[in-house]
Amino acid sequence: MRESIVLDIKDLKSHFFTAKGVAPAVDGVSIQVPAGKIIGVVGESGCGKSMTAMSVMGLLRYPGRVVGGTITLDGRDITHLSAKELSKVRGNEISMIFQEPMTSLNPVYPVGKQVREAILLHQKVSKAEAKERVVEIFRAVGIPEPEKRYYNYPHQLSGGLRQRVMIGMAMVCRPKVMIADEPTTALDVTIEAQILRLMKKLCEEQGTSIILITHNMGVVAEVCDYVYVMYAGKVMEQAETFELFDHTSHPYTRGLLNSIPRLDEKARRLHTIEGVVPNLLHLPEGCSFCTRCSEAKKRCFVERPDLYQVGEEHKVRCFQYEGEA
Amino acid sequence: MLDHSKEPGTEGLENRQKEQADVSAQLGEADTWKDQLKTLVRQNKLAAFSAVILILFLLAAVFAPIVAPYDHLKQSLTDRLQDPSLAHWLGTDELGRDVLSRVIFGARVSLTIGLVPTLISMAIGTVLGLCAGFYGGKTDFVIMRLADVMLAFPSLLLAMVVMYTMGGGLINIFIALSLVNWAGTARIVRSQTLSLKEKEFVEAARSIGVRQWTIMFRHILPNCLPSLIVLFTLNIPSAILSEASLSFLGIGAQPPSASWGLMAVRGKKYLFSEPWLSIAPSVAIMIVVMAFNFLGDGLRDVLDPYLKEQ
Repeated sequence: MRESIVLDIKDLKSHFFTAKGVAPAVDGVSIQVPAGKIIGVVGESGCGKSMTAMSVMGLLRYPGRVVGGTITLDGRDITHLSAKELSKVRGNEISMIFQEPMTSLNPVYPVGKQVREAILLHQKVSKAEAKERVVEIFRAVGIPEPEKRYYNYPHQLSGGLRQRVMIGMAMVCRPKVMIADEPTTALDVTIEAQILRLMKKLCEEQGTSIILITHNMGVVAEVCDYVYVMYAGKVMEQAETFELFDHTSHPYTRGLLNSIPRLDEKARRLHTIEGVVPNLLHLPEGCSFCTRCSEAKKRCFVERPDLYQVGEEHKVRCFQYEGEA
Repeated sequence: MLDHSKEPGTEGLENRQKEQADVSAQLGEADTWKDQLKTLVRQNKLAAFSAVILILFLLAAVFAPIVAPYDHLKQSLTDRLQDPSLAHWLGTDELGRDVLSRVIFGARVSLTIGLVPTLISMAIGTVLGLCAGFYGGKTDFVIMRLADVMLAFPSLLLAMVVMYTMGGGLINIFIALSLVNWAGTARIVRSQTLSLKEKEFVEAARSIGVRQWTIMFRHILPNCLPSLIVLFTLNIPSAILSEASLSFLGIGAQPPSASWGLMAVRGKKYLFSEPWLSIAPSVAIMIVVMAFNFLGDGLRDVLDPYLKEQ
């Protein structure tokens, strides 16, 4: 994976300053996104996946704040841009798809107009030209009768169509990176496959990189080139997709993979990881996973492990792998 | 891994999408403003009737010189205090002016006073409410405390202070009523903005690089419109009543202008001998105020169906 890196997130730290204390929602996350690849970010609810995305987009809101690290987009540091400069970047070079296609479109405007807004904001084209582009992108994302759909209001479209509109809106300016925050969670499984396929196709055609945030290992296996497993604001394991599935190293990743129902094994009950994600205000002193880890040693409770290299593109945050590779 | 060229089964998929689209298109047709109007007429006859009444009043006000049988300012002392007759349907007042003509011309004053200050105060309230809700923090605190002060203060008293210091007259009534009525609108718009700005479509708008002001006025404001329309129809009668009260107290419209409030107070002296002098303008006020209220209720039911079910 020595391709050119479009988006380089280095040691990103986003903290939430609450009345009860500081919660490190994103705690030193580094993610590298190569051009035209799909990066998966996996983890349980509340482990900082979405917050990482929001931090990158500069959409983090009070009481959350980016407190450290750098975000470099195509060689340009976008960590400290002003609101005005940032709004030129958003939608144009980096864009985002949200979890809920039901609520991420404004109910009072026709969908076509909303997508057109994205074009008019970033490019100097006439309204008629912009409309043509919208119809074009609608066709590209597989919306039937795009000319007619242009004038439809969000409530007139199904969830799958709305998510296609959202993808169209995110792709219409041909951004370098698109962040998809659980884009298929609210959709049923058949539509999920269509949407994922569509995203992968667009990614290949336009050379856009995608950061796919999900908690679904199946989705990861299907479309991602490279995977980051996050837990309590930290990257626990990162590897190429096949490497991750073949040589699963971190106990947490193993737990996640074991939780997937399998057809080739007879099991009465699904495997679970005991416990819940720890409260970010009261993280364990040692490894943040130690309280739920079946392989935790004494050391895990007092010391924090680093990311250790175990393979060429494979890093694990666990003492078991210290000094390997 | 998937093959991305042309999967088998794509045709079936496209067919299904077409079907889906057709269904949504059928559903989609049933939602224009014309249909909403039909729903209003069908569901709430009272609101529709009120709308008709208001339109009649509005027409009478606009075409007052044509509709009114006499000049509303022309005095004729020989004809003073006449009982209702065929010549003067509502009789004449103490200066011999035709009461019906004065009521018709009074609609001009009352409707103008209902509409203009309400529009101004709601515009002020909307902008302030949007800012308070959207920016939050200190902006919110300052604006909302100001609104609290306005709401805590008796509005009629405040309007009286303004009128006393600046003198009577239509323009000053506009200013006085605009000043006292913005706070309610600001509160409602603020509360709606607070919930709307958390919606994902606002986040989505941000994520494509829409600026803050555009988000406020293009994305949040239109979503507040249903409540604003209802609020508008409910604010108008209160403005009309305030004007009537001010005129009744002698600090609103000044004679010889034909304001309903002013006519009611001038007829007070003759309440026992010639009661129509006060009753005619009072009934006019009552009809207009009630019509606006019924219309507002009806509109609310149409624009916000959930409220009705509760």
